[in-house]
Amino acid sequence: MTEQISKTQETLQSTEDPGVIQEVLDNNPEIKSLGNYEYGWSDSDDAGASAKRGVDQAVVEDISGKKDEPEWMLKMRKKGLKYFQRKPTPTWGADVSDIDFDNIKYFVRSTEGQAQTWEDLPEDIRNTYERLGIPEAERDRLVAGVAAQYESEVVYHQIREDLEEQGVIFMDTDTALKEHPEFFEEYFGSVIPVGDNKFAALNTAVWSGGSFVYVPKGVHVEIPLQAYFRINTENMGQFERTLIIADEDSYVHYIEGCTAPIYNTDSLHSAVVEIVAKKNARVRYTTIQNWSNNVYNLVTKRAVVEEGGTMEWIDGNIGSKVTMKYPAVYLTGEHARGETLSVAFAGEGQHQDTGSKMVHMAPNTSSSIVSKSVARSGGRASYRGLVQINENAHNSANSVICDALLVDTISKTDTYPYIDIREDDVTLGHEATVSKVSEDQLFYLMSRGLSETEAMAMIVRGFIEPIARELPMEYALELNSLIELQMEGSVG
Amino acid sequence: MSTLEIKDLHVSIETEQGTKEILKGVTVTISSGEIHAVMGPNGSGKSTLASTIAGHPRYEVTSGSITLDGQDVLEMDPDERAQAGMFLAMQYPVEVPGVTMTNFLRTAKTAIDGEAPKLRTWTKEVREAMEKLKIDADFASRNVNEGFSGGEKKRVEILQLELFKPKFAVLDETDSGLDIDALRVVSEGVNRAQSENNMGTLLITHYTRILNYIKPDYVHVFVDGRVAEQGGPQLADELEENGYDRFLAAV
Repeated sequence: MTEQISKTQETLQSTEDPGVIQEVLDNNPEIKSLGNYEYGWSDSDDAGASAKRGVDQAVVEDISGKKDEPEWMLKMRKKGLKYFQRKPTPTWGADVSDIDFDNIKYFVRSTEGQAQTWEDLPEDIRNTYERLGIPEAERDRLVAGVAAQYESEVVYHQIREDLEEQGVIFMDTDTALKEHPEFFEEYFGSVIPVGDNKFAALNTAVWSGGSFVYVPKGVHVEIPLQAYFRINTENMGQFERTLIIADEDSYVHYIEGCTAPIYNTDSLHSAVVEIVAKKNARVRYTTIQNWSNNVYNLVTKRAVVEEGGTMEWIDGNIGSKVTMKYPAVYLTGEHARGETLSVAFAGEGQHQDTGSKMVHMAPNTSSSIVSKSVARSGGRASYRGLVQINENAHNSANSVICDALLVDTISKTDTYPYIDIREDDVTLGHEATVSKVSEDQLFYLMSRGLSETEAMAMIVRGFIEPIARELPMEYALELNSLIELQMEGSVG
Repeated sequence: MSTLEIKDLHVSIETEQGTKEILKGVTVTISSGEIHAVMGPNGSGKSTLASTIAGHPRYEVTSGSITLDGQDVLEMDPDERAQAGMFLAMQYPVEVPGVTMTNFLRTAKTAIDGEAPKLRTWTKEVREAMEKLKIDADFASRNVNEGFSGGEKKRVEILQLELFKPKFAVLDETDSGLDIDALRVVSEGVNRAQSENNMGTLLITHYTRILNYIKPDYVHVFVDGRVAEQGGPQLADELEENGYDRFLAAV
């Protein structure tokens, strides 16, 4: 089916309203690039330096062997590799033709074994996470559990005891495969099949790390589970694999944050996230992606939602060179609900090609997509989304709102809404707006004493407020300070 | 005692037909505590004068000067003018989606004063000022000017005038679009700011109606980008009777 979807996208692309705004540089010829990237340092890199480049059968066997995996997983990896090699690099979205797959390091092992306390972590890795503020959050118990992935593997892991007693499982995917193989035999690759797309296939071939979450029936995990992903090695590929299963009537909120150092050459992050929300379960998945701007961020995220269940994607894309990410919800049971709130910032040299897919496969299902993007300093923000309502999914409803804000006249935004409706009795709404920060808005705020930068930041913050208010406090604050940082360089 | 001095001000804007001169030599001097009414027909350049004083980038000053106690105002960005104690109540206040009035007022107050107001007294001050202007309390949590009626926007401009306490205020057709009750409430706000802060005011209007509530010390009749005649409050009465015809005929 996914094959069909991407074909539909290709054919539709020529007919839809381009909505492309591209204006020449006139008002602000000296627009500078963005401010400092706060997470751009790198640690010494002994493990990464010796890692092998490129991917082939031997690399896949080596990864699987090091992890001592069951035979079926190795088979699946090999199948993934085959699909990856066979499938062409997609050309329908952002430009990813420059990725040199032979130069990527596919597996970097940075520690021997996983730490249970921060003190057990090697010093350089501990320092990294302390600079990112993670142990504080954990110490202050703002989170129910933490996983920290450094390079290919999860290096630290902790979950609150009371949750463990309730039967909540939160661990890295490698360990979970060993300790709870039954979940993997049933669900691994069930939401996103091996050959779904080139990058999901690559992930299946070389995946390592990621989180596994299982929430038993009726359990509500009231405070979020958090994961932090960090790439340190140059030309590193990070391929974490996350699987979340929320059993009937349960609730869980999972948050991930991502950063990387600034190198001269590119790194690749290609994750796969599979989520199963069973009957009346609700899953919220929040991402604040702040990769440095030499990371290709090509991620496949999808949830299957059963009757009465709810899936919410909150997707913030600030960093990376190129992001292609369209969190999807397959609404398979009646009254299932899907929601995506996404916000993207595209600065100099960045292309954020993001959106969402909602596939209605049962009657009385509903979904909504709210997408906000800000482009500045020549960056490009694209909304690409699919709404599909299958036959028999009668009385389903969807609404899409995508708003783009252009901060200057050299940046670009475009919208690619794909709609595939095979049922008459449905309700659809689509709104798209492109606005520019107007001279009058800036003047109004400046005449109230705000500097141009402060005025710009206030306008941008206001623009994304509907999404920022959905974030946990510390993430909302981080987002605000990132916006200020980004605006500093963007006014003439 | 402060003085805002506008001397032989010439201002142009860029239009599709080329550069167009709007102000053709305006001279007005305003001192603390004085109210100057600028009256004139549509298109005479009144709003251009207001926007130029506040520093809107669309208006280019080709010659002349504006000084505040001898300081060159034209050298300042709009935010610096606000920090120097100048305020423009706009004819068409702009919406800022996603930014609450509370946040906006506090941020602006902080920027103008150079330090954050004390939270407790500030909250009280805002609440009281809103009550006096008959602005519903729920406006505090609404987004700046978003979905406000014309009259509500004007009240909120005067709310800012009262809270920011400028030395000089330019009121650009604050009376337009107000019903009689709103006109009275808004005028009282201006009078309060006037007497409490010894503010100098440049009041721009089409109509003499507002002058029943706000008593000008001076009246300037504005025609075709110039002050055609200056006088005391009695000049407004004459305009009320005879309109602008006498001045227009002279152009």
